[in-house]
Amino acid sequence: MLNIALPKGRLGEKVYAMFEKAGYECPSIKENSRKLIFENPEKQVRYFWVKPSDVSIYVERGAADIGVAGKDILLEYAPQIYELLDLNIGKCRMAVAAKKDFYDDGQSTLRVATKFTSIAAKHYAGKCRDIDIIKLNGSIEIAPILGLSDVIVDIVETGTTLKENDLEVIETVVPISARLIANKASFKFKTAQIEDITEKLKAQVVYDD
Amino acid sequence: MNNNILKNEEKAVYTLRSLYRQYGYLPFKMSKFEEYDLYVRNKDFLVSDKVITFNDTSGKLMALKPDVTLSIIKNGEDTPGCKQKVYYNENVYRVSGSTHQFKEIMQTGIECIGDIDEYDVFEVISLAAKSLALISPDFILEISHQGILEAVLESCTDDGRLKRDIISLIAEKNAHDLERLCNANGIGTEGTDALCTLAGLYGDMDAVLSRLSPLCTTDSAKAAYGELSALKTKLEAAGIADKIRFDFSVLNDMNYYNGTVFRGFLSGICESVLAGGRYDRLLTRMGRKAGAIGFAIYLDLLEALDRNRSELDADVLLLYSEETANEAAKEVEKLIALGKSVSAQKAIPPKFRYGELVDVRKEAKDA
Repeated sequence: MLNIALPKGRLGEKVYAMFEKAGYECPSIKENSRKLIFENPEKQVRYFWVKPSDVSIYVERGAADIGVAGKDILLEYAPQIYELLDLNIGKCRMAVAAKKDFYDDGQSTLRVATKFTSIAAKHYAGKCRDIDIIKLNGSIEIAPILGLSDVIVDIVETGTTLKENDLEVIETVVPISARLIANKASFKFKTAQIEDITEKLKAQVVYDD
Repeated sequence: MNNNILKNEEKAVYTLRSLYRQYGYLPFKMSKFEEYDLYVRNKDFLVSDKVITFNDTSGKLMALKPDVTLSIIKNGEDTPGCKQKVYYNENVYRVSGSTHQFKEIMQTGIECIGDIDEYDVFEVISLAAKSLALISPDFILEISHQGILEAVLESCTDDGRLKRDIISLIAEKNAHDLERLCNANGIGTEGTDALCTLAGLYGDMDAVLSRLSPLCTTDSAKAAYGELSALKTKLEAAGIADKIRFDFSVLNDMNYYNGTVFRGFLSGICESVLAGGRYDRLLTRMGRKAGAIGFAIYLDLLEALDRNRSELDADVLLLYSEETANEAAKEVEKLIALGKSVSAQKAIPPKFRYGELVDVRKEAKDA
């Protein structure tokens, strides 16, 4: 039985559709119920929905053999897993944003508000920029407006939220998309099944160029 | 003796010790502390660079040992043609990956240091496979050769930082980001393809070797390829080929390790329980003229194998009262003589798992 962790929400549903098309369907998942775990013994798969940021934890610790997680989470927490495939869905970018009139003269410590402290720290360390990280858990956009920070590092999809709050992207840190990940030990013991799923998902990936 | 009394890790300590003795490995015992200086000089060799330090009575900075290998190398002598073969079973102290806290880790392993040749590489790898087999029959040992990746990397770039980034993507089997990184840094199609192929290579020895051979174009890569094929022949002759995989995402620090590196997995444990490889470069750095190969097994991880066992706390739960204490004492001895385990209680402890209930209070009353 292969345990598959899917991220709750719209992205997870899209991902499940890909698994279904790959021949690993599990009809019970579409029944409206409060159940969290869905099994199809015939196909030897068991799906479960978890919070998107927790997928990599389930996979790293082996509670799930494979899963789908955003590259943002993988970069932030650097779990010890295999990253087998870029599904090229759930696309967005990690970006630095600031108030429209902001100008970084490089003279003082840059105050950075973010949920993604590791990504932000690494990004600025690469530029040898001295920063002060302010860890927030949500509503990051409000930080520069209230003067809590100079810039924010956050996920930008369409940029609408930024625009409505008079903010703009000043730099892209890294493009983000959903990735198929696998537990390192599971990969050894369930190689054939994992490789088969990877191949069949790969055939469905739509590349941009 | 009841075979279930010993935990997996305890059983492993005994069986592995006798295995290593059979192959002429001698015990190595070290003290709990080592001078901190030893670890500072070889920081990158350690799994984590965080070490618990303290000052000894003379004010010298000491460390609770995070590693055993460095101490073994420090204490050995080089004799041409000879090998120092030792095994150890020690607790080490290091930061655990998942909790980011210091942890005491029970580690057992072997080191073979000296005039290393093809036979020694085979012996150590087959001992790694035998060690895993003794713990659980459902295991996988995966082997890589750092010389091959090094040769391919060398032909692609000489930028140290880029090399590091490439290596970490290969360790993740992340071919898609690897391709992007290569394209962004102007590595040619041939080099990119070779690196991406290496990242994806995994499987039984024959399958991987046939896909590997076109990648080995330089002399050093060909030599490494030759070593792997020779190793394959020996492992097949030893009858353990079905548990061996070649996997080029197995990587150790190239400043210390060269040649064959390997990692072992047991079904039911979510990370590798065995890690090892050839580390001639560490010896050179420590001023010795010898080669070395060895491995360590992290016994604390074996706890996970025990987690799902549904054993009883005792075969018999014996209930007695103060008035029936004498009867209870007799009954307990009688049951133990029958080979059962007994827990004598005055009431049933909550959630206690027992096979059979013997109530001496009732029996005394009935009599």
